[in-house]
Amino acid sequence: MPLIKGGAPVSCSRRFFADEETPPDPNDAIVSLGRLVAAGGDVFRSVRLMPADDPLALAPHIRRLDLIEIAFPGFRDGRGFSAAQLLRRRLGYTGELRAVGQVLRDQVFFMARSGFDAFLIDDPHAEEIVAAALSEFTVAYQSAADDTRTIWERRWNARPAHTRRDDR
Amino acid sequence: MYRYDEFDEALVRERAAQFRGQVARRLSGALKEDAFKPLRLMNGVYLQLHAYMLRVAIPYGQLDPAKLRQLAMIADRYDKGYGHFTTRQNIQYNWIRLADMPDVLDALADVEMHAIQTSGNCIRNVTSDHLAGAAADEIEDPRPWCEIIRQWSTLHPEFSFLPRKFKIAVTAAETDRAAVRVHDIGLHIRRNGDGEIGFEVIVGGGQGRTPHVGVTIRDWIAKAELLSYLEAIMRVYNRFGRRDNKYKARIKILVNELGPEAFAEAVDTEYAAQGVHEAVLLPQGEIDRITEYFASPDLPERPARSVTFEAARAADPALDRWARVNLRRHRTPGYTSAYISLKSQGEAPGDMTGDQMRVAADIAEQFGFGDIRVAHEQDLVLPHLAIDDLPEVHRRLRDAGLAASNAGLASDLIACPGLDYCNLSNARSISVGNAIQAVFEDPEFEERVGPLHINISGCINACGHHHVGHIGVLGVDKKGEEYYQITFGGRADEKAAIGDIIGPALKGDDVAPALRRVIAAYLDLRKGPGEKFIDAYTRLGPAPFKEALYAVD
Ligand code: SF4
Repeated sequence: MPLIKGGAPVSCSRRFFADEETPPDPNDAIVSLGRLVAAGGDVFRSVRLMPADDPLALAPHIRRLDLIEIAFPGFRDGRGFSAAQLLRRRLGYTGELRAVGQVLRDQVFFMARSGFDAFLIDDPHAEEIVAAALSEFTVAYQSAADDTRTIWERRWNARPAHTRRDDR
Repeated sequence: MYRYDEFDEALVRERAAQFRGQVARRLSGALKEDAFKPLRLMNGVYLQLHAYMLRVAIPYGQLDPAKLRQLAMIADRYDKGYGHFTTRQNIQYNWIRLADMPDVLDALADVEMHAIQTSGNCIRNVTSDHLAGAAADEIEDPRPWCEIIRQWSTLHPEFSFLPRKFKIAVTAAETDRAAVRVHDIGLHIRRNGDGEIGFEVIVGGGQGRTPHVGVTIRDWIAKAELLSYLEAIMRVYNRFGRRDNKYKARIKILVNELGPEAFAEAVDTEYAAQGVHEAVLLPQGEIDRITEYFASPDLPERPARSVTFEAARAADPALDRWARVNLRRHRTPGYTSAYISLKSQGEAPGDMTGDQMRVAADIAEQFGFGDIRVAHEQDLVLPHLAIDDLPEVHRRLRDAGLAASNAGLASDLIACPGLDYCNLSNARSISVGNAIQAVFEDPEFEERVGPLHINISGCINACGHHHVGHIGVLGVDKKGEEYYQITFGGRADEKAAIGDIIGPALKGDDVAPALRRVIAAYLDLRKGPGEKFIDAYTRLGPAPFKEALYAVD
């Protein structure tokens, strides 16, 4: 399944291990939140959050983590967007944030703005899909977890305050 | 009125282009209906009984002549010559071909309009007081904050896939004409003890299957904090709102299951945890910029009483009645706000033809400072009219079939599209509404009955707001037959209340005669012409009204 990061396909040697499986190398294992927390701070580097998981439970581990997957079981479940924002903005997480599960073309834009930088998409055209989804909008109002300059910021940089009366 | 700049325009154009692509993929077969459904829903496109329906956003009900003329053009060119104004202050078209939708969105973008977030589990069109900026009783104009909320909520990256749809309403007047207590979030602009203007925050109101009146979780919050605080509410809801059952997914259920105090605490905790960099930064200059667009029009000074108008109404009883019923006090002497009722006897409530839209647009342009509003009662409002101009305005409205003199009275009823269009419905709303209207056919009788809100929904989804009608009518299905359950005592204003279910549902044909008896009982029982139906009901309780409802003629 193609993994798109930074706009291009990349490969990743890590894989998810269910709680009852024993990974040969903990560095290559993506594990559940429960297992990560139970194992203590310095065993695993990668975790997968399910929609009901509390992303803030990763606070004590966040410096060691460099891959967090957030699972999207279906397009209706938007909890992953809040999880991503909390990881990026509240916990200051800077590693890879990967969307997995049902990653739909028309949600990729929202995901990217919420802080995802990697998308695992079950489609041979994943690269084009991500590129197309991310080029549809050039503007956004709200500040989020990405580095888009918001419309509100652009207005106030583009337009000195004293001229604003003239352009009604 | 707010005008788009290049950024607002870019977003709406890009959205239209995106949808054009999605429709092309659907029409070519590349997208199957299942995959297309969530996409079209995010653009206000529903598949109804007979055709696709397009719901166009009219943010806080604000129109101008150019926008209304474009809506008329769309009605004529792409639909069957009319549109339907909704209780969300939006307009719906029932007969647009899917292949035409992208062109319609482009035509909307040409006049700074769109269909973004008119459906789907996202923050919907923000609604407000249709007399904003004209009413004598408002603290300040709520529209700038509606526009700010519109911008903040548009394509919000975190809150576009909520457990369920989400509705926000804002009012700034003590008399609540925006029904803020029956919204997911209601914002009531108020002064605090120091005289500073901010917001009372009400959450968890709503209708549908389990109606609730919202609860205040903050008596007052400063303007600068509003958006960050809203983000905290939305995040708590997005993370913890129920997703296992569609009927339990609205925020009202979360507020109720946690309890309002615990919910408020969860929001406060989330809000307190926000770092400085997480706050929603809305520059003061931006607030000022948006506010300036809503400056009051230049209203030339006029005498409070108009001799021309007084003479005209003395000579024309129809004008006199219209003026008595459809006008609302303006804060500027010599001016008034007027309802254009879309509830003529026998018409589908809220429907308006393209020709009528053009007449209203012309009147607004010539006499109304270019300002037109959609009221959630499914009527239009001209907020600023000189009293001197009323005879001419009335003449033109009358010629266009738009001078029904019933604003706020019984036949100005709210009704959803019901079984005639909607595939979720149990029963027809329009025909039962027309039958009820006929009870009040005699305008003198209707005026004597006085202010009365009758709200009709074709099913428990409550698009016709039956829970908050003084009299509510709900279509239910009994073994394939259309029945109607009656409620009394609901209200959507500052004393918001959910109506009481009175007893077994009635057959369609029995509804209007039963309500005729209820009205007769009310006229007998009221203390005097000053006691409205709702007040008499509150004083007397259901018993006498129930007796009348089920009496045999
Ligand atoms: S209340 Fe029911 S019947 Fe009426 S429009 Fe809403 S969903 Fe359709």
